[in-house]
Amino acid sequence: MSMSMNVAVCVKQIPDPATPGSLNPADNTLVRQGKLILDDSDAYGVEMALRLVEAAGGGEVTLVSMAPNSEQSGLRTGLAMGAHKAILVSDPALKGSDALTTAKVLAAAIKRVNPDLVIAATESTDGYTGTTPVQIAELLGLPSVTFAKKVTVTGTDVAVERQTEAGYDDVSVPLPALITVTAGVVEVRYPSFKGIMAAKGKPLEELTAADLGITDPVGWAGAGQQITGVVDAEARQHGEVIEDDGEAHGRIVAFLEQLKVI
Amino acid sequence: MTISKIWVFVEATDAKVATSSLELLTAARATGATVEAIVAGDGAALATELGSYGATKVYATGDLGGALLGVPVASAIAALAAAGDPAQLILLAQSYDGRDVAGRLSAKLNATVLTNAIGFTVEGDSVTTEHAVFGGAKTMKATFTSAGPHILLVRPKSFAAEASGGAPASVEALAVGDVGATGTAKIVERHVEQHSGPSLDEASVVVSGGRGLGEAAKYEMVEDLAKLLKGAPGASRAIVDAGWVPYSYQVGQTGKTVKPDVYIAVGISGATQHMVGMKGAKTIIAINKDKEAPIFGIADLGIVGDVHKVLPKLIEALRAHT
Ligand SMILES: Cc1cc2nc3c(=O)[nH]c(=O)nc-3n(C[C@H](O)[C@H](O)[C@H](O)COP(=O)(O)OP(=O)(O)OC[C@H]3O[C@@H](n4cnc5c(N)ncnc54)[C@H](O)[C@@H]3O)c2cc1C
Ligand SMILES: Nc1ncnc2c1ncn2[C@@H]1O[C@H](COP(=O)(O)O)[C@@H](O)[C@H]1O
Repeated sequence: MSMSMNVAVCVKQIPDPATPGSLNPADNTLVRQGKLILDDSDAYGVEMALRLVEAAGGGEVTLVSMAPNSEQSGLRTGLAMGAHKAILVSDPALKGSDALTTAKVLAAAIKRVNPDLVIAATESTDGYTGTTPVQIAELLGLPSVTFAKKVTVTGTDVAVERQTEAGYDDVSVPLPALITVTAGVVEVRYPSFKGIMAAKGKPLEELTAADLGITDPVGWAGAGQQITGVVDAEARQHGEVIEDDGEAHGRIVAFLEQLKVI
Repeated sequence: MTISKIWVFVEATDAKVATSSLELLTAARATGATVEAIVAGDGAALATELGSYGATKVYATGDLGGALLGVPVASAIAALAAAGDPAQLILLAQSYDGRDVAGRLSAKLNATVLTNAIGFTVEGDSVTTEHAVFGGAKTMKATFTSAGPHILLVRPKSFAAEASGGAPASVEALAVGDVGATGTAKIVERHVEQHSGPSLDEASVVVSGGRGLGEAAKYEMVEDLAKLLKGAPGASRAIVDAGWVPYSYQVGQTGKTVKPDVYIAVGISGATQHMVGMKGAKTIIAINKDKEAPIFGIADLGIVGDVHKVLPKLIEALRAHT
Protein backbone atom coordinates (compact mmCIF):
# COMPACT_ATOMS: atom_id res chain seq x y z
CA MET A 1 0.00 0.00 0.00
CA SER A 2 1.39 3.38 -0.81
CA MET A 3 0.40 6.48 1.02
CA SER A 4 1.59 10.00 0.85
CA MET A 5 3.53 11.87 3.46
CA ASN A 6 4.28 15.57 3.69
CA VAL A 7 7.33 16.63 5.62
CA ALA A 8 8.44 20.12 6.60
CA VAL A 9 12.16 20.53 7.32
CA CYS A 10 13.55 23.49 9.24
CA VAL A 11 16.77 24.55 7.60
CA LYS A 12 18.96 27.26 8.95
CA GLN A 13 21.21 29.22 6.61
CA ILE A 14 24.44 30.15 8.36
CA PRO A 15 27.81 31.80 7.68
CA ASP A 16 30.42 29.26 6.56
CA PRO A 17 31.71 27.73 9.85
CA ALA A 18 35.12 27.25 8.19
CA THR A 19 35.70 31.01 8.32
CA PRO A 20 36.15 31.93 11.98
CA GLY A 21 33.71 34.57 13.11
CA SER A 22 34.48 37.79 14.88
CA LEU A 23 32.45 40.08 17.08
CA ASN A 24 31.34 43.57 16.24
CA PRO A 25 32.74 45.52 19.22
CA ALA A 26 29.92 48.06 19.00
CA ASP A 27 27.03 45.72 19.81
CA ASN A 28 28.72 42.34 20.42
CA THR A 29 26.86 40.67 17.58
CA LEU A 30 28.57 38.22 15.25
CA VAL A 31 30.01 39.82 12.14
CA ARG A 32 28.42 38.07 9.18
CA GLN A 33 30.20 38.30 5.87
CA GLY A 34 29.83 36.44 2.63
CA LYS A 35 26.87 34.40 1.59
CA LEU A 36 25.09 32.01 3.89
CA ILE A 37 25.15 28.25 3.40
CA LEU A 38 22.90 25.38 4.42
CA ASP A 39 23.79 24.32 7.97
CA ASP A 40 25.36 20.87 7.68
CA SER A 41 23.28 19.73 10.65
CA ASP A 42 20.11 20.44 8.67
CA ALA A 43 21.34 18.55 5.59
CA TYR A 44 20.65 15.38 7.60
CA GLY A 45 17.06 16.49 8.16
CA VAL A 46 16.56 17.18 4.45
CA GLU A 47 17.97 13.75 3.57
CA MET A 48 15.81 12.03 6.20
CA ALA A 49 12.71 13.78 4.86
CA LEU A 50 13.48 12.83 1.26
CA ARG A 51 13.90 9.18 2.25
CA LEU A 52 10.66 9.11 4.28
CA VAL A 53 8.68 10.63 1.42
CA GLU A 54 10.29 8.20 -1.04
CA ALA A 55 9.45 5.29 1.29
CA ALA A 56 5.85 6.49 1.64
CA GLY A 57 5.58 6.51 -2.13
CA GLY A 58 4.40 10.09 -2.41
CA GLY A 59 4.19 13.48 -0.80
CA GLU A 60 6.28 16.59 -0.58
CA VAL A 61 9.27 17.92 1.31
CA THR A 62 8.93 21.60 2.15
CA LEU A 63 11.91 23.55 3.46
CA VAL A 64 11.27 26.33 5.96
CA SER A 65 13.86 28.93 6.82
CA MET A 66 14.11 32.29 8.52
CA ALA A 67 17.07 34.32 7.29
CA PRO A 68 18.13 37.94 6.81
CA ASN A 69 18.42 39.72 3.46
CA SER A 70 16.29 37.30 1.42
CA GLU A 71 19.15 34.80 1.63
CA GLN A 72 18.33 31.75 -0.50
CA SER A 73 21.53 29.87 -1.23
CA GLY A 74 21.12 27.34 1.58
CA LEU A 75 17.52 26.69 0.53
CA ARG A 76 18.65 26.16 -3.08
CA THR A 77 21.08 23.50 -1.83
CA GLY A 78 18.21 21.68 -0.13
CA LEU A 79 16.03 22.01 -3.24
CA ALA A 80 18.91 20.67 -5.33
CA MET A 81 19.05 17.63 -3.05
CA GLY A 82 15.45 16.99 -4.01
CA ALA A 83 13.13 18.98 -1.72
CA HIS A 84 10.00 20.11 -3.56
CA LYS A 85 9.51 23.67 -2.38
CA ALA A 86 10.62 26.22 0.16
CA ILE A 87 9.29 28.96 2.38
CA LEU A 88 11.65 31.74 3.33
CA VAL A 89 10.75 34.23 6.02
CA SER A 90 12.92 37.28 5.57
CA ASP A 91 12.11 40.59 7.15
CA PRO A 92 14.37 43.37 8.50
CA ALA A 93 12.08 43.51 11.56
CA LEU A 94 13.26 40.02 12.56
CA LYS A 95 16.89 41.08 13.14
CA GLY A 96 17.91 40.21 16.69
CA SER A 97 15.22 37.58 17.21
CA ASP A 98 15.81 35.13 20.05
CA ALA A 99 15.04 31.41 19.91
CA LEU A 100 11.42 31.79 21.04
CA THR A 101 10.65 34.43 18.42
CA THR A 102 12.38 32.31 15.77
CA ALA A 103 10.17 29.41 16.85
CA LYS A 104 7.03 31.56 16.58
CA VAL A 105 7.96 32.59 13.05
CA LEU A 106 8.88 29.08 11.92
CA ALA A 107 5.76 27.59 13.55
CA ALA A 108 3.55 30.05 11.67
CA ALA A 109 5.29 29.21 8.39
CA ILE A 110 5.03 25.46 9.02
CA LYS A 111 1.32 25.79 9.76
CA ARG A 112 0.75 26.90 6.16
CA VAL A 113 1.89 23.49 4.88
CA ASN A 114 0.15 21.45 7.57
CA PRO A 115 2.73 18.63 7.40
CA ASP A 116 2.52 15.09 8.78
CA LEU A 117 6.01 15.40 10.17
CA VAL A 118 8.33 18.29 11.04
CA ILE A 119 12.08 17.67 11.09
CA ALA A 120 14.79 19.91 12.55
CA ALA A 121 18.36 19.33 13.70
CA THR A 122 19.18 18.77 17.38
CA GLU A 123 21.03 22.07 17.30
CA SER A 124 22.30 24.58 14.82
CA THR A 125 26.00 25.01 14.15
CA ASP A 126 26.14 28.74 14.84
CA GLY A 127 23.50 29.21 17.54
CA TYR A 128 23.30 25.78 19.18
CA THR A 129 20.55 26.67 21.62
CA GLY A 130 18.89 23.37 20.76
CA THR A 131 15.57 24.66 22.01
CA THR A 132 14.01 26.12 18.85
CA PRO A 133 12.51 22.83 17.57
CA VAL A 134 10.81 21.93 20.86
CA GLN A 135 9.45 25.46 21.13
CA ILE A 136 8.01 25.02 17.61
CA ALA A 137 6.40 21.72 18.63
CA GLU A 138 4.79 23.30 21.68
CA LEU A 139 3.46 26.25 19.65
CA LEU A 140 2.00 23.84 17.08
CA GLY A 141 0.58 21.49 19.73
CA LEU A 142 2.67 18.60 18.44
CA PRO A 143 4.46 15.80 20.33
CA SER A 144 8.20 15.74 19.80
CA VAL A 145 11.10 13.31 19.95
CA THR A 146 14.53 14.91 20.09
CA PHE A 147 17.97 13.40 19.41
CA ALA A 148 16.83 10.82 16.88
CA LYS A 149 19.64 8.59 15.66
CA LYS A 150 17.32 6.32 13.69
CA VAL A 151 13.86 7.04 12.30
CA THR A 152 11.29 4.75 10.68
CA VAL A 153 7.67 5.48 9.84
CA THR A 154 5.17 2.64 10.00
CA GLY A 155 1.62 3.56 9.11
CA THR A 156 0.67 6.46 11.35
CA ASP A 157 3.50 6.05 13.89
CA VAL A 158 7.13 7.09 13.95
CA ALA A 159 9.63 4.80 15.65
CA VAL A 160 12.71 6.66 16.85
CA GLU A 161 15.94 5.52 18.45
CA ARG A 162 16.60 8.43 20.77
CA GLN A 163 20.09 9.09 22.05
CA THR A 164 20.35 9.11 25.87
CA GLU A 165 23.06 9.61 28.46
CA ALA A 166 23.31 5.85 28.94
CA GLY A 167 22.68 4.54 25.42
CA TYR A 168 19.42 4.96 23.53
CA ASP A 169 15.66 4.57 23.97
CA ASP A 170 13.16 3.18 21.51
CA VAL A 171 10.46 5.84 21.36
CA SER A 172 7.16 5.66 19.55
CA VAL A 173 5.08 8.70 18.59
CA PRO A 174 1.96 9.07 16.45
CA LEU A 175 1.86 11.48 13.50
CA PRO A 176 1.69 14.44 13.24
CA ALA A 177 4.86 15.02 15.22
CA LEU A 178 8.17 16.85 15.30
CA ILE A 179 11.53 15.12 15.50
CA THR A 180 15.08 16.42 15.74
CA VAL A 181 17.81 14.40 14.10
CA THR A 182 21.45 14.04 15.12
CA ALA A 183 24.38 14.26 12.71
CA GLY A 184 24.95 10.97 10.96
CA VAL A 185 21.30 9.80 11.18
CA VAL A 186 21.50 9.13 7.46
CA GLU A 187 24.18 9.57 4.84
CA VAL A 188 23.54 12.80 2.99
CA ARG A 189 23.41 12.77 -0.81
CA TYR A 190 25.29 15.35 -2.88
CA PRO A 191 23.11 17.45 -5.15
CA SER A 192 23.48 16.21 -8.73
CA PHE A 193 24.02 18.59 -11.63
CA LYS A 194 20.47 17.83 -12.72
CA GLY A 195 19.25 18.57 -9.20
CA ILE A 196 21.08 21.89 -9.11
CA MET A 197 19.52 22.93 -12.42
CA ALA A 198 16.05 21.77 -11.35
CA ALA A 199 16.33 23.69 -8.06
CA LYS A 200 16.42 27.00 -9.91
CA GLY A 201 12.84 26.49 -11.06
CA LYS A 202 11.33 25.14 -7.84
CA PRO A 203 8.81 27.26 -5.92
CA LEU A 204 10.29 29.47 -3.22
CA GLU A 205 7.80 31.61 -1.38
CA GLU A 206 9.14 34.64 0.47
CA LEU A 207 7.16 36.05 3.39
CA THR A 208 7.44 38.68 6.11
CA ALA A 209 6.43 38.32 9.77
CA ALA A 210 3.32 40.37 9.00
CA ASP A 211 2.39 38.01 6.13
CA LEU A 212 2.39 35.23 8.72
CA GLY A 213 0.05 37.17 10.97
CA ILE A 214 2.58 37.45 13.79
CA THR A 215 1.55 40.19 16.16
CA ASP A 216 3.92 39.59 19.10
CA PRO A 217 6.95 41.88 19.11
CA VAL A 218 9.80 40.31 17.11
CA GLY A 219 13.49 41.03 16.50
CA TRP A 220 15.33 43.14 19.08
CA ALA A 221 11.97 44.37 20.42
CA GLY A 222 10.81 40.85 21.21
CA ALA A 223 14.09 39.49 22.53
CA GLY A 224 14.04 38.68 26.24
CA GLN A 225 17.79 38.76 26.51
CA GLN A 226 20.63 41.17 26.06
CA ILE A 227 24.35 40.67 25.66
CA THR A 228 26.09 42.84 28.21
CA GLY A 229 29.70 42.14 27.37
CA VAL A 230 32.35 39.85 26.01
CA VAL A 231 35.54 39.35 27.98
CA ASP A 232 38.66 37.28 27.41
CA ALA A 233 38.46 33.99 29.24
CA GLU A 234 41.44 33.07 31.38
CA ALA A 235 43.96 31.95 28.80
CA ARG A 236 45.54 28.55 29.18
CA GLN A 237 49.31 28.60 28.78
CA HIS A 238 50.89 25.76 26.92
CA GLY A 239 53.92 23.89 28.18
CA GLU A 240 56.71 22.10 26.47
CA VAL A 241 56.26 20.71 22.93
CA ILE A 242 58.81 18.08 21.88
CA GLU A 243 59.41 16.16 18.67
CA ASP A 244 59.28 12.39 19.02
CA ASP A 245 62.76 10.97 18.53
CA GLY A 246 61.57 7.46 19.30
CA GLU A 247 61.74 8.07 23.06
CA ALA A 248 58.87 10.51 23.62
CA HIS A 249 56.81 7.86 25.40
CA GLY A 250 59.41 7.97 28.18
CA ARG A 251 58.78 11.69 28.58
CA ILE A 252 55.04 10.98 29.00
CA VAL A 253 55.72 8.28 31.60
CA ALA A 254 57.96 10.67 33.54
CA PHE A 255 55.30 13.37 33.34
CA LEU A 256 52.59 10.99 34.60
CA GLU A 257 54.88 9.97 37.46
CA GLN A 258 55.45 13.60 38.34
CA LEU A 259 51.67 14.11 38.37
CA LYS A 260 51.39 11.02 40.61
CA VAL A 261 48.96 9.39 38.17
CA ILE A 262 51.23 6.33 38.17
CA MET B 1 11.58 42.06 42.83
CA THR B 2 14.61 40.12 43.94
CA ILE B 3 15.35 36.56 42.98
CA SER B 4 14.09 34.95 46.19
CA LYS B 5 13.14 31.53 44.88
CA ILE B 6 14.82 29.19 42.41
CA TRP B 7 13.43 25.96 40.98
CA VAL B 8 15.89 23.31 39.87
CA PHE B 9 14.81 20.52 37.52
CA VAL B 10 16.44 17.46 39.08
CA GLU B 11 17.26 14.43 36.93
CA ALA B 12 17.69 11.02 38.49
CA THR B 13 18.04 7.42 37.35
CA ASP B 14 17.08 4.60 39.73
CA ALA B 15 16.97 7.02 42.69
CA LYS B 16 20.48 8.24 41.89
CA VAL B 17 20.54 12.00 41.39
CA ALA B 18 22.57 13.20 38.40
CA THR B 19 25.74 15.08 39.37
CA SER B 20 24.68 17.90 37.04
CA SER B 21 21.53 18.40 39.17
CA LEU B 22 23.56 18.51 42.39
CA GLU B 23 25.78 21.14 40.76
CA LEU B 24 22.73 23.27 39.99
CA LEU B 25 21.38 22.93 43.55
CA THR B 26 24.77 24.01 44.89
CA ALA B 27 24.86 27.05 42.60
CA ALA B 28 21.25 27.95 43.38
CA ARG B 29 21.87 27.71 47.13
CA ALA B 30 24.89 30.03 46.83
CA THR B 31 22.61 32.90 45.70
CA GLY B 32 20.85 32.87 49.06
CA ALA B 33 17.46 32.21 47.46
CA THR B 34 15.02 29.51 48.57
CA VAL B 35 15.76 26.42 46.49
CA GLU B 36 13.08 23.92 45.46
CA ALA B 37 13.56 20.81 43.34
CA ILE B 38 11.27 19.56 40.58
CA VAL B 39 11.49 15.80 40.09
CA ALA B 40 9.99 13.64 37.35
CA GLY B 41 9.00 10.48 39.21
CA ASP B 42 9.21 9.58 42.87
CA GLY B 43 10.32 12.39 45.20
CA ALA B 44 10.41 10.63 48.57
CA ALA B 45 13.45 8.53 47.71
CA LEU B 46 15.44 11.67 46.85
CA ALA B 47 14.28 14.03 49.62
CA THR B 48 17.22 13.37 51.95
CA GLU B 49 19.90 13.80 49.31
CA LEU B 50 18.26 16.86 47.73
CA GLY B 51 17.81 18.38 51.19
CA SER B 52 21.47 17.91 51.93
CA TYR B 53 22.25 19.96 48.81
CA GLY B 54 20.01 22.80 49.91
CA ALA B 55 16.54 22.06 48.53
CA THR B 56 13.82 22.78 51.09
CA LYS B 57 11.02 21.26 49.05
CA VAL B 58 10.74 18.58 46.38
CA TYR B 59 7.87 18.76 43.90
CA ALA B 60 7.44 15.31 42.38
CA THR B 61 5.25 14.29 39.45
CA GLY B 62 5.15 10.58 40.34
CA ASP B 63 5.37 7.92 37.66
CA LEU B 64 5.00 9.32 34.14
CA GLY B 65 4.21 6.03 32.46
CA GLY B 66 7.09 5.99 30.00
CA ALA B 67 6.39 9.45 28.57
CA LEU B 68 9.35 11.49 27.37
CA LEU B 69 9.88 14.02 30.16
CA GLY B 70 9.75 17.32 28.25
CA VAL B 71 6.00 17.71 27.92
CA PRO B 72 4.68 16.48 31.30
CA VAL B 73 7.39 18.21 33.34
CA ALA B 74 7.04 21.54 31.51
CA SER B 75 3.30 21.33 31.84
CA ALA B 76 3.53 20.63 35.58
CA ILE B 77 5.98 23.50 36.14
CA ALA B 78 3.79 25.88 34.14
CA ALA B 79 0.77 24.92 36.24
CA LEU B 80 2.79 25.38 39.43
CA ALA B 81 3.89 28.83 38.24
CA ALA B 82 0.29 29.76 37.42
CA ALA B 83 -0.88 28.66 40.88
CA GLY B 84 0.96 31.65 42.34
CA ASP B 85 4.30 32.41 44.00
CA PRO B 86 6.48 31.06 41.18
CA ALA B 87 10.25 30.98 41.25
CA GLN B 88 11.89 33.89 39.46
CA LEU B 89 14.61 31.63 38.06
CA ILE B 90 14.34 28.05 36.77
CA LEU B 91 17.57 26.10 36.33
CA LEU B 92 18.01 23.00 34.19
CA ALA B 93 21.07 21.07 33.07
CA GLN B 94 21.87 21.25 29.36
CA SER B 95 20.99 17.58 28.93
CA TYR B 96 18.67 15.69 26.60
CA ASP B 97 15.66 15.99 28.86
CA GLY B 98 16.69 19.35 30.34
CA ARG B 99 16.60 20.91 26.89
CA ASP B 100 13.20 19.40 26.12
CA VAL B 101 11.69 20.67 29.36
CA ALA B 102 13.21 24.16 28.91
CA GLY B 103 11.99 24.51 25.32
CA ARG B 104 8.46 23.40 26.13
CA LEU B 105 8.33 25.58 29.23
CA SER B 106 9.61 28.63 27.41
CA ALA B 107 6.82 28.37 24.82
CA LYS B 108 4.18 27.72 27.50
CA LEU B 109 5.21 30.68 29.67
CA ASN B 110 6.19 32.88 26.71
CA ALA B 111 9.46 33.30 28.61
CA THR B 112 13.00 33.53 27.31
CA VAL B 113 15.38 30.63 27.75
CA LEU B 114 19.11 31.20 27.80
CA THR B 115 21.21 28.18 26.92
CA ASN B 116 24.72 26.76 27.28
CA ALA B 117 25.53 28.85 30.36
CA ILE B 118 28.81 28.05 32.11
CA GLY B 119 28.08 30.34 35.03
CA PHE B 120 25.58 32.84 36.37
CA THR B 121 25.30 35.49 39.07
CA VAL B 122 22.26 36.95 40.75
CA GLU B 123 22.12 40.57 41.85
CA GLY B 124 18.79 41.83 43.12
CA ASP B 125 16.27 41.01 40.42
CA SER B 126 18.85 40.60 37.68
CA VAL B 127 20.50 37.39 36.51
CA THR B 128 23.74 37.66 34.56
CA THR B 129 24.74 34.56 32.65
CA GLU B 130 28.10 33.52 31.22
CA HIS B 131 28.61 31.60 28.00
CA ALA B 132 31.79 30.26 26.39
CA VAL B 133 32.28 31.55 22.84
CA PHE B 134 35.04 30.97 20.29
CA GLY B 135 35.97 27.66 21.82
CA GLY B 136 36.16 29.13 25.29
CA ALA B 137 38.68 31.82 24.34
CA LYS B 138 36.09 34.42 25.29
CA THR B 139 33.24 34.60 27.75
CA MET B 140 30.03 36.30 26.71
CA LYS B 141 27.82 37.79 29.40
CA ALA B 142 24.09 38.22 28.99
CA THR B 143 21.05 39.20 31.04
CA PHE B 144 17.37 38.47 30.84
CA THR B 145 15.35 41.54 29.91
CA SER B 146 11.93 39.89 29.94
CA ALA B 147 9.64 39.65 32.94
CA GLY B 148 10.36 36.04 33.84
CA PRO B 149 10.35 33.46 35.21
CA HIS B 150 13.81 33.26 33.69
CA ILE B 151 14.70 29.86 32.28
CA LEU B 152 18.38 28.94 32.22
CA LEU B 153 20.08 25.86 30.79
CA VAL B 154 23.50 25.32 32.36
CA ARG B 155 26.20 23.06 30.96
CA PRO B 156 27.18 20.19 33.27
CA LYS B 157 30.51 20.66 35.13
CA SER B 158 30.06 24.43 35.30
CA PHE B 159 29.93 24.29 39.10
CA ALA B 160 31.30 21.88 41.68
CA ALA B 161 28.60 19.97 43.61
CA GLU B 162 28.94 20.45 47.38
CA ALA B 163 26.53 19.26 50.06
CA SER B 164 25.50 21.77 52.71
CA GLY B 165 24.19 19.31 55.25
CA GLY B 166 20.61 20.61 55.01
CA ALA B 167 17.66 18.72 56.48
CA PRO B 168 15.61 16.39 54.28
CA ALA B 169 13.33 18.32 51.93
CA SER B 170 9.57 18.16 52.28
CA VAL B 171 7.83 16.37 49.41
CA GLU B 172 4.80 17.68 47.57
CA ALA B 173 2.93 16.04 44.71
CA LEU B 174 3.02 17.95 41.42
CA ALA B 175 0.05 17.48 39.11
CA VAL B 176 0.79 17.12 35.39
CA GLY B 177 -2.63 17.90 33.98
CA ASP B 178 -3.94 17.08 30.54
CA VAL B 179 -1.25 17.46 27.88
CA GLY B 180 -3.37 16.25 24.97
CA ALA B 181 -1.62 15.23 21.76
CA THR B 182 1.68 16.81 22.80
CA GLY B 183 2.25 14.08 25.36
CA THR B 184 1.96 11.06 23.09
CA ALA B 185 5.69 10.28 22.67
CA LYS B 186 6.34 7.12 24.71
CA ILE B 187 9.47 5.19 25.57
CA VAL B 188 8.95 1.60 24.47
CA GLU B 189 12.30 0.17 25.51
CA ARG B 190 15.54 1.40 27.04
CA HIS B 191 18.98 0.31 25.86
CA VAL B 192 21.91 0.81 28.23
CA GLU B 193 25.48 0.61 26.94
CA GLN B 194 27.60 -1.32 29.43
CA HIS B 195 30.88 0.19 30.54
CA SER B 196 33.64 -1.05 32.74
CA GLY B 197 35.81 1.47 34.58
CA PRO B 198 34.92 5.02 35.59
CA SER B 199 32.45 7.09 33.58
CA LEU B 200 33.69 9.84 31.29
CA ASP B 201 32.14 12.49 33.57
CA GLU B 202 33.77 11.24 36.71
CA ALA B 203 37.14 9.80 35.65
CA SER B 204 40.27 11.54 36.92
CA VAL B 205 42.09 10.54 33.72
CA VAL B 206 40.51 10.78 30.27
CA VAL B 207 42.21 9.50 27.11
CA SER B 208 40.48 10.68 23.92
CA GLY B 209 41.14 9.56 20.38
CA GLY B 210 40.55 11.39 17.12
CA ARG B 211 40.72 10.94 13.39
CA GLY B 212 44.51 10.75 13.60
CA LEU B 213 44.14 7.15 14.75
CA GLY B 214 43.44 6.37 11.10
CA GLU B 215 40.93 3.55 11.52
CA ALA B 216 38.35 2.27 14.00
CA ALA B 217 40.40 -0.76 15.05
CA LYS B 218 43.18 1.50 16.36
CA TYR B 219 40.80 2.93 18.97
CA GLU B 220 41.70 -0.12 21.02
CA MET B 221 44.99 1.61 21.85
CA VAL B 222 43.02 4.45 23.43
CA GLU B 223 40.99 1.99 25.48
CA ASP B 224 44.14 0.14 26.58
CA LEU B 225 45.82 3.36 27.63
CA ALA B 226 42.72 4.54 29.51
CA LYS B 227 42.51 1.24 31.32
CA LEU B 228 46.17 1.27 32.34
CA LEU B 229 45.67 4.74 33.84
CA LYS B 230 42.36 3.75 35.50
CA GLY B 231 40.69 6.35 33.33
CA ALA B 232 37.86 6.59 30.80
CA PRO B 233 38.12 6.63 27.00
CA GLY B 234 36.70 9.59 25.09
CA ALA B 235 36.55 10.78 21.51
CA SER B 236 36.37 13.68 19.10
CA ARG B 237 33.20 14.12 17.11
CA ALA B 238 34.99 13.14 13.91
CA ILE B 239 35.27 9.51 15.02
CA VAL B 240 31.80 9.47 16.61
CA ASP B 241 30.27 10.62 13.32
CA ALA B 242 32.38 8.03 11.53
CA GLY B 243 30.76 5.39 13.73
CA TRP B 244 33.97 4.19 15.42
CA VAL B 245 32.61 4.78 18.93
CA PRO B 246 29.19 5.62 20.41
CA TYR B 247 28.05 9.20 20.86
CA SER B 248 28.31 8.88 24.64
CA TYR B 249 32.11 9.03 24.20
CA GLN B 250 32.08 12.46 22.58
CA VAL B 251 33.86 15.33 24.29
CA GLY B 252 33.10 18.91 23.28
CA GLN B 253 30.46 21.48 22.57
CA THR B 254 27.89 18.95 21.42
CA GLY B 255 29.20 16.20 23.66
CA LYS B 256 30.37 16.06 27.24
CA THR B 257 32.34 18.58 29.22
CA VAL B 258 35.10 16.83 31.15
CA LYS B 259 37.38 18.22 33.84
CA PRO B 260 39.76 15.39 34.72
CA ASP B 261 43.14 15.78 36.42
CA VAL B 262 44.79 14.56 33.23
CA TYR B 263 43.41 14.67 29.66
CA ILE B 264 45.36 12.91 26.94
CA ALA B 265 44.41 13.85 23.36
CA VAL B 266 45.56 11.36 20.77
CA GLY B 267 45.38 12.30 17.08
CA ILE B 268 42.99 15.16 17.79
CA SER B 269 43.54 18.48 16.03
CA GLY B 270 42.00 20.69 18.70
CA ALA B 271 39.02 22.27 16.95
CA THR B 272 37.38 24.98 19.08
CA GLN B 273 34.29 22.78 19.51
CA HIS B 274 36.44 20.02 20.96
CA MET B 275 38.57 22.24 23.19
CA VAL B 276 35.57 23.91 24.83
CA GLY B 277 34.74 20.51 26.32
CA MET B 278 38.18 19.70 27.78
CA LYS B 279 40.16 22.85 28.39
CA GLY B 280 39.08 22.76 32.02
CA ALA B 281 41.29 19.69 32.59
CA LYS B 282 44.05 20.29 35.15
CA THR B 283 46.76 18.90 32.88
CA ILE B 284 46.63 18.25 29.14
CA ILE B 285 48.92 15.96 27.16
CA ALA B 286 48.63 15.86 23.36
CA ILE B 287 50.09 13.58 20.72
CA ASN B 288 49.78 14.80 17.13
CA LYS B 289 52.03 14.50 14.11
CA ASP B 290 51.37 18.08 13.02
CA LYS B 291 53.33 20.53 15.13
CA GLU B 292 50.93 23.29 14.07
CA ALA B 293 47.91 21.46 15.51
CA PRO B 294 45.89 23.89 17.68
CA ILE B 295 45.73 21.34 20.51
CA PHE B 296 49.40 22.12 21.27
CA GLY B 297 48.36 25.66 22.12
CA ILE B 298 46.74 24.44 25.34
CA ALA B 299 48.79 21.30 26.08
CA ASP B 300 51.07 21.14 29.11
CA LEU B 301 53.06 18.45 27.35
CA GLY B 302 52.91 18.18 23.56
CA ILE B 303 54.43 15.32 21.62
CA VAL B 304 54.90 15.91 17.90
CA GLY B 305 54.83 12.36 16.66
CA ASP B 306 52.97 9.49 15.04
CA VAL B 307 50.37 7.89 17.34
CA HIS B 308 51.11 4.52 15.77
CA LYS B 309 54.69 4.79 17.01
CA VAL B 310 54.25 6.60 20.32
CA LEU B 311 51.17 4.81 21.71
CA PRO B 312 52.34 1.17 21.43
CA LYS B 313 55.58 2.08 23.19
CA LEU B 314 53.75 4.10 25.84
CA ILE B 315 51.34 1.24 26.50
CA GLU B 316 54.22 -1.21 26.75
CA ALA B 317 56.12 1.09 29.13
CA LEU B 318 53.07 1.49 31.37
CA ARG B 319 52.49 -2.27 31.45
CA ALA B 320 56.09 -2.71 32.58
CA HIS B 321 55.79 0.13 35.10
CA THR B 322 55.48 -0.84 38.73
C1 LIG C 1 28.25 22.66 15.64
C2 LIG C 1 29.47 21.81 15.78
C3 LIG C 1 29.65 21.13 16.95
C4 LIG C 1 30.76 20.32 17.12
N1 LIG C 1 30.90 19.66 18.30
C5 LIG C 1 32.01 18.93 18.50
C6 LIG C 1 32.22 18.24 19.73
O1 LIG C 1 31.39 18.27 20.64
N2 LIG C 1 33.36 17.54 19.89
C7 LIG C 1 34.32 17.46 18.90
O2 LIG C 1 35.33 16.80 19.11
N3 LIG C 1 34.13 18.07 17.72
C8 LIG C 1 33.00 18.79 17.50
N4 LIG C 1 32.83 19.38 16.29
C9 LIG C 1 33.75 19.03 15.19
C10 LIG C 1 35.05 19.79 15.20
O3 LIG C 1 34.88 21.01 14.52
C11 LIG C 1 36.14 18.97 14.49
O4 LIG C 1 35.72 18.67 13.19
C12 LIG C 1 36.50 17.67 15.20
O5 LIG C 1 36.74 17.92 16.57
C13 LIG C 1 37.74 17.10 14.56
O6 LIG C 1 38.06 15.84 15.13
P1 LIG C 1 39.55 15.30 15.06
O7 LIG C 1 40.42 16.24 15.80
O8 LIG C 1 39.49 13.90 15.52
O9 LIG C 1 39.84 15.26 13.51
P2 LIG C 1 40.75 16.18 12.60
O10 LIG C 1 40.43 17.60 12.78
O11 LIG C 1 40.69 15.61 11.26
O12 LIG C 1 42.20 15.99 13.21
C14 LIG C 1 42.94 14.82 13.15
C15 LIG C 1 44.31 15.14 13.70
O13 LIG C 1 45.07 13.95 13.73
C16 LIG C 1 46.39 14.25 13.36
N5 LIG C 1 46.99 13.01 12.83
C17 LIG C 1 46.71 12.38 11.66
N6 LIG C 1 47.42 11.25 11.57
C18 LIG C 1 48.16 11.16 12.70
C19 LIG C 1 49.09 10.21 13.19
N7 LIG C 1 49.41 9.10 12.50
N8 LIG C 1 49.67 10.45 14.39
C20 LIG C 1 49.36 11.56 15.11
N9 LIG C 1 48.47 12.49 14.69
C21 LIG C 1 47.88 12.28 13.50
C22 LIG C 1 46.29 15.34 12.33
O14 LIG C 1 47.49 16.11 12.30
C23 LIG C 1 45.09 16.13 12.86
O15 LIG C 1 45.51 17.21 13.69
C24 LIG C 1 31.72 20.19 16.10
C25 LIG C 1 31.54 20.90 14.92
C26 LIG C 1 30.43 21.70 14.75
C27 LIG C 1 30.30 22.45 13.46
N1 LIG D 1 16.40 30.64 11.44
C1 LIG D 1 16.08 29.34 11.29
N2 LIG D 1 15.54 28.88 10.13
C2 LIG D 1 15.20 27.59 9.98
N3 LIG D 1 15.39 26.65 10.92
C3 LIG D 1 15.94 27.03 12.09
C4 LIG D 1 16.30 28.39 12.35
N4 LIG D 1 16.80 28.45 13.60
C5 LIG D 1 16.75 27.20 14.10
N5 LIG D 1 16.23 26.34 13.19
C6 LIG D 1 16.04 24.88 13.32
O1 LIG D 1 16.20 24.50 14.67
C7 LIG D 1 17.39 23.71 14.82
C8 LIG D 1 18.04 24.00 16.15
O2 LIG D 1 18.48 25.33 16.15
P1 LIG D 1 19.02 26.05 17.47
O3 LIG D 1 17.88 26.12 18.42
O4 LIG D 1 19.53 27.36 16.99
O5 LIG D 1 20.13 25.18 18.02
C9 LIG D 1 18.21 24.06 13.59
O6 LIG D 1 19.15 23.06 13.29
C10 LIG D 1 17.12 24.17 12.54
O7 LIG D 1 16.66 22.89 12.14
